[in-house]
Amino acid sequence: MLRFVLRRMALVLPSLLGLLIVTFLLIHAVPSDPAAALAGDAATPEQIARLRQQYGFDSPIHEQFFRYLDKVAHLDFGESAFSHRPVTLDIAQRLPATLELTFCALALSVFIGVPLGVLAALNHNAWPDYVLRAVSVLGIAMAAFWVAIMLQLLFSMQLGWLPLRGELTSTMAQPPRVTGFLVIDCLIDGRWDAFVDALQHLALPAVTLSLGGLATIVRFTRAGVLDTLQQDFVFYERAMGYRWLRLVWIFVLRNSVTATVTQIGLLFGGLIAGGVVVEAIFDWPGIGSYTVQAILTGDRQVMLAVTLLVGTVYAAVNILVDLVHGLLDPRLMEQE
Amino acid sequence: MRPILRKLSRDLPAMLGLAIVVFVLLLAIFGPLIAPYPEDAASSHLTRRLRPPSADYLFGTDNLGRDIFSRVILGARGALSIALTVVTVAMLIGVPLGLVAGFRRGWLSETIMRVTDVVLAIPQLVLALALAQLMSPSLETAMLALSLTYWPFFTRIVYAETRRLSASMFVDALRGVGAGTGRIVFLHILPNSISPVIVRATIGLGFTILVAAVLGFLGMGATPPAPDWGLTIAESRVYLPKAWWYVTFPGLAILITVMGFNLLGDGLRDLVDPRIRRSR
Amino acid sequence: MMKLLSVQGLKVSIRTDEGIAQVLDDVGLDLERGRILGVVGESGCGKSTLIRAIMGILPRAATVEQGEIWFEGENLLVFSEAELARGVRSSRIGFIPQDPLLALNPVFKIGSQLLEIMRWHAPHDQSQGSGRGAERRKRHVARLVGLLKRLQVPDPETALERYPHQFSGGQRQRLLIAAALACSPQLLIADEPTTALDVTTQHQILLLLRELVGEFGVSLLFVTHDFGVVAELCDDLCVIYAGQTVEAGTVRSILDAPAHPYTRALLACHPDRATSFRGIPGSVPSPLAPPPGCRFAPRCGDARAVCTEGAPPQARSTSGAEVRCVQFA
Repeated sequence: MLRFVLRRMALVLPSLLGLLIVTFLLIHAVPSDPAAALAGDAATPEQIARLRQQYGFDSPIHEQFFRYLDKVAHLDFGESAFSHRPVTLDIAQRLPATLELTFCALALSVFIGVPLGVLAALNHNAWPDYVLRAVSVLGIAMAAFWVAIMLQLLFSMQLGWLPLRGELTSTMAQPPRVTGFLVIDCLIDGRWDAFVDALQHLALPAVTLSLGGLATIVRFTRAGVLDTLQQDFVFYERAMGYRWLRLVWIFVLRNSVTATVTQIGLLFGGLIAGGVVVEAIFDWPGIGSYTVQAILTGDRQVMLAVTLLVGTVYAAVNILVDLVHGLLDPRLMEQE
Repeated sequence: MRPILRKLSRDLPAMLGLAIVVFVLLLAIFGPLIAPYPEDAASSHLTRRLRPPSADYLFGTDNLGRDIFSRVILGARGALSIALTVVTVAMLIGVPLGLVAGFRRGWLSETIMRVTDVVLAIPQLVLALALAQLMSPSLETAMLALSLTYWPFFTRIVYAETRRLSASMFVDALRGVGAGTGRIVFLHILPNSISPVIVRATIGLGFTILVAAVLGFLGMGATPPAPDWGLTIAESRVYLPKAWWYVTFPGLAILITVMGFNLLGDGLRDLVDPRIRRSR
Repeated sequence: MMKLLSVQGLKVSIRTDEGIAQVLDDVGLDLERGRILGVVGESGCGKSTLIRAIMGILPRAATVEQGEIWFEGENLLVFSEAELARGVRSSRIGFIPQDPLLALNPVFKIGSQLLEIMRWHAPHDQSQGSGRGAERRKRHVARLVGLLKRLQVPDPETALERYPHQFSGGQRQRLLIAAALACSPQLLIADEPTTALDVTTQHQILLLLRELVGEFGVSLLFVTHDFGVVAELCDDLCVIYAGQTVEAGTVRSILDAPAHPYTRALLACHPDRATSFRGIPGSVPSPLAPPPGCRFAPRCGDARAVCTEGAPPQARSTSGAEVRCVQFA
């Protein structure tokens, strides 16, 4: 199995290299002065000059590239023109919030979506199936930012059940930062009121993000289960006395979820991207709102760093997905 | 053509999708003629600001007194033209690259496919935002950025088909008869790859409308006073919760349009792909 | 009761796109304890439907219109799905499917699959007490390893940790036989278990089955289209044509003196007996539109006018076998 993982990682390396090349080229694709372009619209001449020296824009292009690679290897992505802090620091501080939101949304999508998909397949061509198919069609078509605002409108403004934005009510004291995940930190701090408050703030953004994924997972799980149910071993397992519930939820499910796992992988990357807008709307202090802020202020260093980060996460998730595929279906691992 | 249409007509969701797409297309073409207040694309009537839906103003009015119903209809033109431009440019880039990569072996083919993988490795939105920002935000750069993120999908499809077909016997036979490369590619291979490309293009249209709406929302696409759906939703935020109609109807327009393209695309895919046993 | 299994007057129809197909129309068979009954017929004659009816796994579009299936004095047709799943399948009637590769779940280890069966159907052994889950599992594993050893599956201790695709066809079939025997059923139903195997392996499996019947005291219902296999393995025989039982009796009596024209024709075709390359003229009637009167009449060399008028009566041949033919009435 280790060989399997190593092989996958080796396959990913060219893509990562390509990613670095692409981001490098993006800096130089601009016709104007690359240092000014990189520094952003809000930069001062000193900042631009400093950047020019740091990146060596006066030197030949391959030298520049190696300098760039060196910087990336040291996780040095320069300074944000807006916050005047190292980008790496900003990202490190904001990452847990985004991860908290992403995992929450992913968990909602998967733990609700997979059972619904199975139910739809079991009730093939009956009304539960039609309802779920309609729901999944709608879910994929909904614009996340619109859903976010509509949910805010209904649950926050009209009904007042849930807070409008942010991670925690401003009047509530923040717990000391242990993991960076606010909800967990509240638990560690032992404060029940902060914990509940944090959960309430997490609710709307997480639900918004989860809807698109929910629709996709229902769709793919349903298709996978329907395909599997047509296979002969299902009939034989029934003949040999398997109990129906266990048959479906254990023995059929594992055969059915290959496509779903792929989608979950894609979903993870998509959530980080989709989170951009949702974070902005809910004022969630994560990478997404950081990105939006960078867009609006023309902070290009940040944009490039985020692009690299997201691309790398995608690649890592792809490897993980392949690994899970191998675990689910041992035949795949033997095909090496 | 006829047997295809007959088969499609039995697929209810696909027919619904087709109806929606045709409807939106008509709105895009005849928008100014259908909208009750076509001048509201630009003009403002401050005396009738933020009125709720009524018989005169079916979707209510916005903060400048403009009829939202008309602006939604007029917005169809913008949404569809963006989508068509983006997908067309993406096809113009992606399809030839796929043909070349699939037909020739060697470093050129490898390079093209590696680049394709890299571009696909980055989530579209992030890449489009990065590109749009670098090229100074405007509607044109947004469209270019979107095209540059979407072409790999077409390249992948065409590559797979070309690879498959170029290895088949009938291409050898054609060569044996003396057919030139260009002839083989354009007359024989390309027509066979058209179907999956069309399916992808249809779904791509829906997807682009969605992403373009996000860009409009962020202010990276259309600019005021354009009746862009995403832009309208962005404008509506400050007037909530009172003016609920301001945000609801443009969003529904996006929802229904994208759903239409998705359903149609799904239906087309079921027609085109008989080898995969589809669980419908 | 001497008879372990007795099917009487079974009629099953299936709803298809083209109409209602009368797949089984008055099928009957009797199996006595400790004996091996062969059910012979061409493809499409309804053998599989018959087995499914006994196991209670008919497709949703099928309806049992008439008949009874008596097993140990109980009519299986009145059992609910839950009752069959809990109390009959695997625990009292074991099933050996046709294609071992298709019958096994490809992504689970063999052990997981076999233990799943034992978990719900293994007979409770009072002398060892109920025991905790882990102990029970160990007992089950021991029993399975013992069975695999008896069935000559190589490396029985590690076999349970492997996946179906890691075995050969013959080994997989033995695994399935082990699965069927694991919970000590009274009856084994084998659905053409040797069709997917090569001739040598086929022979081995047949020998094995014969031995197992004696050792484990099970009775065997063996479905096949090959008379050669029947001759080698079975005690009794039941011939099915177009959804009806046309002849039934002991293998010895039928092979020595086949009565029904169809049986005779089938035997004449068998490579061991055929003198010329000749098949049976005509084809099996479609279950959607069965011919009036005797179903074999259109292809029967002995057909007379009365054969197409009414259904032929059940009679007895000279050797004592039951025959559905007017010649013996």
